[in-house]
Amino acid sequence: MQQFDPTVITHNLPQIASGFGITLGTWVAGVAIGVAVGFLISIVQLVGPRWLRAILRAYIELLRGTPFLLQLFLLYYGGPSLGITLGPLTAGTLGLGIYASAYFAEIFRTGFRSIPPGHVEAAACLGLTRWQTIVRIQVPQMLVLIAPALTNMVIVLSKETAVLSIVTVPELTFVLTAIGSATFAFVETLLALSVCYLVLVELASRAGMWAESRVARFLA
Amino acid sequence: MNSVAASSSASTDRALIEVRGLRKAYGETEVLRGIDLQIAKSEVVCVIGPSGSGKSTLLRCMAALETYDQGDVLIEGELLGYVERGGKRARATPGEINRVRRNVGMVFQQFNLWPHMTALGNVMEALLRTRGLPGGQARTRAMAMLETVGLAHKADAYPAKLSGGQQQRVAIARALAMEPHIMLFDEPTSALDPELVGEVLQVMRQLAHDGMTMAVVTHEMGFAAQVADKVVFIDQGRIAAQGRPDEVFHDAQQPRLRQFLQNYLDRNAFWSRGAQERPA
Repeated sequence: MQQFDPTVITHNLPQIASGFGITLGTWVAGVAIGVAVGFLISIVQLVGPRWLRAILRAYIELLRGTPFLLQLFLLYYGGPSLGITLGPLTAGTLGLGIYASAYFAEIFRTGFRSIPPGHVEAAACLGLTRWQTIVRIQVPQMLVLIAPALTNMVIVLSKETAVLSIVTVPELTFVLTAIGSATFAFVETLLALSVCYLVLVELASRAGMWAESRVARFLA
Repeated sequence: MNSVAASSSASTDRALIEVRGLRKAYGETEVLRGIDLQIAKSEVVCVIGPSGSGKSTLLRCMAALETYDQGDVLIEGELLGYVERGGKRARATPGEINRVRRNVGMVFQQFNLWPHMTALGNVMEALLRTRGLPGGQARTRAMAMLETVGLAHKADAYPAKLSGGQQQRVAIARALAMEPHIMLFDEPTSALDPELVGEVLQVMRQLAHDGMTMAVVTHEMGFAAQVADKVVFIDQGRIAAQGRPDEVFHDAQQPRLRQFLQNYLDRNAFWSRGAQERPA
């Protein structure tokens, strides 16, 4: 058994910093894609035709019903057989975004559903169009209602980025496990890895709390 | 329709709202079983009846918030909710519904103020979006409306900071801002604490006094007795009795109506104009 040796970490700081950057980048990009696609899905579920809603329902169930690891494998290794060849970073980010979109769509949908129907009826009686009602009445309220669930999902996704290491994206988990394998300093590297994720999650959770207090200030 | 239907309402051509043979069912359950009702200009009609009688559904049909199966709802002579094409009836588009409904204001039991907008914002919203007024004009008009319900000083308050009575008054101001010809009230005081009911009824009383045409679904028998031109008693999806308040409240022959009113008498919950003694 080796002695605890923090120099394993300090000597590899540039690599670890780069991994941290990639984790942060894929996380932010994955959240952005997921929120954007999920939002569009939830809007279509609100106003779209029945057949389209059914397709989107299937999309959501499929993505929520299978492991992210499997989805990423399919996209990265199965993609080329369908003529979609993506680099690890692109496949990883896109995969994360698609995976997240299903969850975000559900969060938005439940948010919309939590708005009392009377608020929409009042808008209709006052002559607002369906679209004005969505933009002015439903979306702002939905965003307030979902703030806690949204923060939660963003936090979950920060750790899902670790899965990207499987397709050789040089993010935090990839970098630190590689260092661990090379030096046999598993405890040091895994500890460092934990600290890095804790920092990310802490950042996200504080940002979330700030956002919650901002959007909900009129509800107090 | 029977018993106290002595006082006939205004003629058809003067009716702002005319309901003819209105029927609606939820699956097997018939909620409305042939309703005929006319509301003339400046007339105040109070709709009373036991819960589940269909009175709220009737009102919601007049605002196109419910579909109906048979009959007509005419707003100033125009069919609401449906369009007739070649003898066939189809659901109207939202734009068409909004056009026919533009002169109808609706006030809900649950107020339905938008919680993310201030009182002023709530009143301004439709002025900006539906009427397309410029911001300054919308603000001036909205403030004037808040003034009429006595809440100009609460213009910048969010609904959560207002009492139920204040919220309902803002909701009334919001509807009035659109200059409706007809105001529909769906149990406007039923969600309020008893001590807050008065301020809302006072605003409604003033509206009636100013000549607004109103249909009010209510459990406030005192208000109905004092303010209504016509009281309509709905039971099991039908108009079981209607007439002037004194006719309906004092000469009630219809057994269901007598039974219904007895509940209020037992609680000593209403007084009517000119009546010292409790009606039998």
